[in-house]
Amino acid sequence: MTQIPLEHGLLLASALFTLGLLGFLVRRNLIIMLVCVEIMLNAAGLAFVMAGAHWGQVDGQIMFIFILTMAAAEVAVGLAIILQFHWRYQSLDVDQASTMKG
Amino acid sequence: MYDLLWLIPALPFVGFLILTLAARSLSQRVAAVIACGTVGVSAVLTLGMIAGFLWNPPADYAHTVTLWQWMPLNSLEIAFNLRIDALSLVMASVITVVGFLIHLYSSEYMQGDEAYTRFFAYLNLFVGFMLILVMADNFALLLLGWEGVGLCSYLLIGFWYQKPENGFAARKAFVVTRIGDVSLLVAVFLIFSELGTLQLSEVLALAPDRWAEGSTTAWVVSLLLLGGAVGKSAQLPLQTWLPDAMAGPTPVSALIHAATMVTAGVYLIARMHGIFELSPSAMTVVALVGTVTLLTAGCAALVQSDIKRVLAYSTISQLGYMFLALGVGAWAGALFHFMTHAWFKALLFLAAGSVIAALHHEQNIHRMGGLRKRLPVLFWTFVAGAACLAALPLVTSGFYSKEKILWDVWISPLGGPWFWSAAILGALITALYSTRLIMLVFFGEAKTEVSHRPGKRSSFVLIVLAVWSLIGGGIEVPHNFGHLTLLSNFLETAIPASVELPPGLDLQLWILLLVASAIVTGGVLATVWLYGSGSPLRQKISDRTSGLQRFWLGGWGFDTAYDRLLVQPIVWLSQINRRDGVDGLCRVAVSLGRTGHFLLSTTQQGRLRRYAIGISAGALALLILMLLQ
Repeated sequence: MTQIPLEHGLLLASALFTLGLLGFLVRRNLIIMLVCVEIMLNAAGLAFVMAGAHWGQVDGQIMFIFILTMAAAEVAVGLAIILQFHWRYQSLDVDQASTMKG
Repeated sequence: MYDLLWLIPALPFVGFLILTLAARSLSQRVAAVIACGTVGVSAVLTLGMIAGFLWNPPADYAHTVTLWQWMPLNSLEIAFNLRIDALSLVMASVITVVGFLIHLYSSEYMQGDEAYTRFFAYLNLFVGFMLILVMADNFALLLLGWEGVGLCSYLLIGFWYQKPENGFAARKAFVVTRIGDVSLLVAVFLIFSELGTLQLSEVLALAPDRWAEGSTTAWVVSLLLLGGAVGKSAQLPLQTWLPDAMAGPTPVSALIHAATMVTAGVYLIARMHGIFELSPSAMTVVALVGTVTLLTAGCAALVQSDIKRVLAYSTISQLGYMFLALGVGAWAGALFHFMTHAWFKALLFLAAGSVIAALHHEQNIHRMGGLRKRLPVLFWTFVAGAACLAALPLVTSGFYSKEKILWDVWISPLGGPWFWSAAILGALITALYSTRLIMLVFFGEAKTEVSHRPGKRSSFVLIVLAVWSLIGGGIEVPHNFGHLTLLSNFLETAIPASVELPPGLDLQLWILLLVASAIVTGGVLATVWLYGSGSPLRQKISDRTSGLQRFWLGGWGFDTAYDRLLVQPIVWLSQINRRDGVDGLCRVAVSLGRTGHFLLSTTQQGRLRRYAIGISAGALALLILMLLQ
């Protein structure tokens, strides 16, 4: 099986990260924003896996498992916040929550 | 026995400490016992010392105890030493004995007050400081006592501090006396730089050697000392604080603002007699201050309607007599009048306190009246006090002390007929306002119901003071009937003899005595007739308010004048001076903080996505920075 070049993988990872970041910045729907955060996390995970494969180390895959765990926790908390948010504002528009203005 | 000297001022301080530290756990009864007990034991010790001086006097008629080195400096050692001589003992005996009686009276008068222990703590502290003041052997210690009694006066005038006007009166007393205190402080510095010592006895011994008679330095020092005395003793032009000081509880007015603290100025001048004698012109200034004060304050007392203010102005006026006596060199006369005044003025104030308490805290004498039958004890004691104040001939102590002053003023080379006439006019005014007070308060028809009668302890104190006020003058009797000079003989061991008596003036003395007695008696009788129940003038006088009356009611407009001339310009200056350079520095710091706060707070927009942009931009910037390196 031919080795996938490192550059390809890293390019894919950065493309995914950029997509996720842009999505996070431009969308107002909280759930979509949470999805975008997940995409960014997975892009970082992909970069770890690629690097691990390139140097023949398992560390990259271990890091990916860490990220997966963290993502699960983050989603649990995030969804709880979203539920509260929806209960309070009757909407998922993040711009509605701007009362903490300085 | 003299080894116990330190106990006299120490005991009241111990009482103060106990009352302050254990204030919450003491019942009112225990607090009163501690307060009265400590002062009472001091009084017994002081009387014991006087007995010792009389039967077995120490060498030089003075005894000094050095307790410890207070401020050991290189060139100068200021010791904490107490010295008693005849002058100190006379002062201390009045302070402790009158102080004890007033403590006893207060233990009943202040019953039910929430701050009962605080009151007695302050009162004990005052007695302690006053004793330090009169027993101090050096100026540093004297100043400690001087400022200490000022502090206690402030605390006790503002004793009921919940009322803003009481706090204002307390501040006024503190600030006005402070002007005098600064003058005294400068005098002390000047004495130290000229003579190199603060020891009172050394100062008095060195002054005649260093300063020639009539020298400018002696004159300046005398006038500065007079400035201090004027502030403390409420003489012109610093007298404005005393009438307002009546905001304090009445026993405080009796003890501090009549009997003891206000006579600290008299004590200071008598103690520093050696310096004043070097400057006859300064003595004349003292006599002039006294004369003007006794006349102006007497006139103001004529028209007051608040019973305590009448007594306050009469205190100022009587202190004026003491200053007049000091000014003509009648040292013993001033001290004699101080003694009798302490007795009868304490009596008058305490009796006035009982009158006020009996009439639902009514202080206006025009709303009193007819108390003669309903409060007989108060009536007779008050009449005794007022008779002493008016110097009713023969039967009162005030007569003997005032006669002594008048006589000394007449024959002293520094006095003369002019001062004598002013003093006799003052005596007439005194007779008028004392009688007016009696007529308005105790005669006529009743206007306010009696709600409360003086208790056993109050009556006891009043009767003791009244008896002593009536017979106490017997210790010093003019030489044409009796010639008894117990007090002068005692005082001569500490301060110079009274004005020397030229021989062959018996006829003059008789004439002067008769003139003074006639004027006083005439004044009393005239006022009785004016205010008597049958007189048609009575209503007329109390109804009419002329311009002069209003002018005197306000104490000759001194308060208004000071307000216009000093207070308002200072307030105005400080208002226009609010934005000066020094404030600018502080203001820059304030505006920097405020701008920074404003800038930072604008970044807090409450928009999640903006924060995200900020974070990503920051991360990107860091990334670029790393790549460029």
